[in-house]
Amino acid sequence: MRAYLPDYHLRAPKTLSDALELLAREPGMWRAFAGGTDLMVLLEFGALKHKNFLSIRHLPELRGIEVTPEHVTLGALTSYTEIQRDADVRREFPLLCAAARETGGIAIQNRGTLGGNVVNASPAADSPPALLVYDAELELVSASGTRRVAYRDFHTGYKQMDMRPDELLRSIRLPRTTGDLHTYYRKVGTRKAQAISKICFAAGARLASDGRIRDARIGLGSVAPTVVRCARTEDVLRDQTPDEATIKAACASLVQEIVPIDDMRSTAEYRARVAANLLADFLSTLKIDGGKSDSA
Amino acid sequence: MQTEIVGKPVPRKEGRSKVTGAARYVDDLSMPGMLYGATVRSPVARGRIRAVTFGEGIPWDEFVVVTAKDIPGENAVALILLDQPYLADGFVNHAEEPVLLLAHEDKHLLERARRAVTVDIEPLPAVFTLEESLAGKEIVWGEDNVFKTYLVDKGDVDEVWAQPDLLIVEGEYSTGAQEQLYIETNGVIAVANAAEGVTVWGSMQCPYYVHKALLKLFALPPERVRVVQCETGGGFGGKEEYPSMIGGHAALLSWKAGGRPVKIIYDRAEDMVATTKRHPSLTRHRTAVTREGKLVAMDIEFVVDGGAYATLSAVVLSRGTIHAAGPYTCPNVRVRSRAVATNVPPHGAFRGFGAPQSIFALERQLDKVAGAVGLSPAEFRRRNFIREGETTATGQVIREPVDMAGLLDRAFELTDYEAKRERFARENAENNSTQKRGIGFASFMHGAGFTGSGEDYLKSIVGAEADAEGRVRVLAASTEIGQGTNTIFAQIASNALGLDYDLVEMAQPDTGNVPDSGPTVASRTCMIVGKLVESAAVGLRQTLQGAGLLTEEYTQDGWREACRQYVERYGALKSFSQYKPPPGVHWDDEKYQGDAYGAYAWAVYVAEVTVDTLTYETRVDDFVAVQEVGKVVHPILAAGQIEGGVAQAIGFTLYENVVWQDGRMINNQMTNYVMPTSADLPPIRVHFEEQPYQYGPAGGAKGIGELPMDGGAPAILNAIEQATGVRFTHVPLMPEALMRGLNENR
Repeated sequence: MRAYLPDYHLRAPKTLSDALELLAREPGMWRAFAGGTDLMVLLEFGALKHKNFLSIRHLPELRGIEVTPEHVTLGALTSYTEIQRDADVRREFPLLCAAARETGGIAIQNRGTLGGNVVNASPAADSPPALLVYDAELELVSASGTRRVAYRDFHTGYKQMDMRPDELLRSIRLPRTTGDLHTYYRKVGTRKAQAISKICFAAGARLASDGRIRDARIGLGSVAPTVVRCARTEDVLRDQTPDEATIKAACASLVQEIVPIDDMRSTAEYRARVAANLLADFLSTLKIDGGKSDSA
Repeated sequence: MQTEIVGKPVPRKEGRSKVTGAARYVDDLSMPGMLYGATVRSPVARGRIRAVTFGEGIPWDEFVVVTAKDIPGENAVALILLDQPYLADGFVNHAEEPVLLLAHEDKHLLERARRAVTVDIEPLPAVFTLEESLAGKEIVWGEDNVFKTYLVDKGDVDEVWAQPDLLIVEGEYSTGAQEQLYIETNGVIAVANAAEGVTVWGSMQCPYYVHKALLKLFALPPERVRVVQCETGGGFGGKEEYPSMIGGHAALLSWKAGGRPVKIIYDRAEDMVATTKRHPSLTRHRTAVTREGKLVAMDIEFVVDGGAYATLSAVVLSRGTIHAAGPYTCPNVRVRSRAVATNVPPHGAFRGFGAPQSIFALERQLDKVAGAVGLSPAEFRRRNFIREGETTATGQVIREPVDMAGLLDRAFELTDYEAKRERFARENAENNSTQKRGIGFASFMHGAGFTGSGEDYLKSIVGAEADAEGRVRVLAASTEIGQGTNTIFAQIASNALGLDYDLVEMAQPDTGNVPDSGPTVASRTCMIVGKLVESAAVGLRQTLQGAGLLTEEYTQDGWREACRQYVERYGALKSFSQYKPPPGVHWDDEKYQGDAYGAYAWAVYVAEVTVDTLTYETRVDDFVAVQEVGKVVHPILAAGQIEGGVAQAIGFTLYENVVWQDGRMINNQMTNYVMPTSADLPPIRVHFEEQPYQYGPAGGAKGIGELPMDGGAPAILNAIEQATGVRFTHVPLMPEALMRGLNENR
């Protein structure tokens, strides 16, 4: 442990409104601490700059999975294990389940939360590409009220978010309109478990009866300062048949749209090429059957 | 009286205490008044220390601070040369080099203090790769950056090149650094003062190495220094030389603190960034072969990157040099090898010790040569395998029955190699699948024990003692580090005496109590030290029989009674045995000729892979390890050694990439240094052939620990060559490099 523990403070407010009040009173002073699976790593390295933490793990308002005819709403504290166990999520949001299954090991999956994965804002996070494909919407709460933000507009730059210091992420809402999406998920991290993504690829599409692509959605991690929804490439695909020419055009667009970097984990060249390969693979599976596919 | 303890999977001696958590590792120990120690390290790779500044806000008067000036003896880690200081004195030669030591009773405040010390260094030009070192970009060690050179010269290689009708094949191969990643990081506790001398407890492989180093560091006589090995969570070579460093540091702090105990435990990040790794290597091959596929000449240049100080590089180089020509008969062999200096933390011992590097190169090269001759890799090797009565590169006559072709047959049968080789070739060509398959193999040998006259110099000693109840204790400094030393030694002694396994126990390795049985390295523990255990045990019996207390044939009760009477009459019953070379063994250190090792283990490993052309990731689907290791003492532990070694070799080949930046490892976390998990490993199918070695213990055991590290990398790359058609020459072969290789070749 490279941290000096007496420097750190943790408060555990009794209720959500107590927590929000504290955040409103001293904005920027307190940082939410949920599963701690990202923060504890930094603490261990002595690299955790923030000193004051607000434990929110016990707040019931941030828990639970709620299903209505239009939406499935996951409380911010929903763990990766809970995601994998929920029958509705498994049936309708397989990309999210695949992401949860490939995040960390079992201990991390028990402890880590979906909300934490979102607000930690790592471009290498595993579940955000799936959330992007599913058009997730975030519910942010503060002492002054509640607001909703489309997840695709939430990350504004590296570790930057459309979120005020007095706000907490309360839930992630998924519209139940994607059950028939043909989906594809692939996390590339060299080893099969306990890996940090070099590329994380999630995609979904529908084919119209004439064989044209009606609704293409591509979410990527580790290829830009934030996780990204690749709208320009989706435009290239729209209303096209997924033939060789389309695949080529889409891949060409994708490598233009993303901005991967060289770092200690991989290279920009590798990330771009593998992202394009996975897109091509996804599109070629569309061509062959067009039914629902398993996630890789 | 029991029979046949050898070859039986008896329970591990320390298994129960490890499983129940009763086993005490060094970080489980605490002593009254204990302080924690930390190391302030160099931020740059090479330079002159201008100043050390102690920052604001730290109660420095509460800290014990040790610099090079506080060292009572010599500021050098005694190993082979005395070039590596315990604490940098005016000059640093690698990033993370220890500059200053701190101790305090609050380990959190200690960490804060460590960060508050600034070492101001005037940087000097540095070299970071062996290529830069060879090119003499900067002279950073001695006169020419060269720690050590060897020349193995058999026949006359230079006469061969001009001969007609030969094919000449050249190749260049390289390997990267690898972190040992023992599960328990380096750690020690020391108590040291002028009145009582120095005692160090710790996680280590070689208590007497630490002992020797502390004598020099403190200028004390041997009896004033004591080193005790605690339960140790893995070593793989990484705790061969390094404990001398960390043990010395804790002792220096304790000495300055007037004898208060000082504990230093590295966290994973420090252990990875600052301690030793496998030597990166570069090998160039030039091979001459007849059109019928007989080897005529092998000209091999082998270079290892030793890092900033000499440490064990000379010995690593030696083993790599001797193994460079493999288990083949070739009339003309020249191996020219060099260990060179760079400004990175010293590279050190790691399972295989140079052999995995040079064998990787050879086994890749031979697949290339086979292709040039138009033979299959297997047929080419069959025509050149060494046989009994033939000579190795160093001119050693193989005097034991060797059947490499038989091992190859067995391995091929177990993997259905020939059929798969053909099927994969067809399928890869025919279908458009993104998954390409391949199968490949490597054949190799590994010498057990120290090279050449090494064991002669060591003159290891093992003791055995029996108490009045007839219980036997083995006294050896050879350590249990997870590999099973305790268990096999007890088996060997119990076998020698015909006593129950439970009647034999191991003394804790403590230089105050056990003789120097040499370091726990070099696949020597079973074959060399085990033999000494056996003779020491036999010595007990002979003593009892000589005293007329024990008959030629005896029961366990008879043994107990004899011990009772002996101890009553004469006191302690002890027996010691010292190493003597087997008859007829000759080694010439000057010419590097002769019997390099007492015995070799022989092996053929087969790997089957799938290369994913979407992600450029390689999965090893199946792995078969067939080896001849002499008598197998403990089948489960032996198989465990092979499985673990193969897993480590798979890491070395496909996953574990040390990322360097200005001579410093920057991915020093297990999240970013990617070792394979159980999910990434194939079934590892282990098969032993047993050809008893006449001078081995327990009916003929040889060495086994390092062997499984040797064959994985070339077998896997040979398989990848079949899958992709690309001749890769470097490990680790990361997906990024595989991608580049595929693209360049299309």
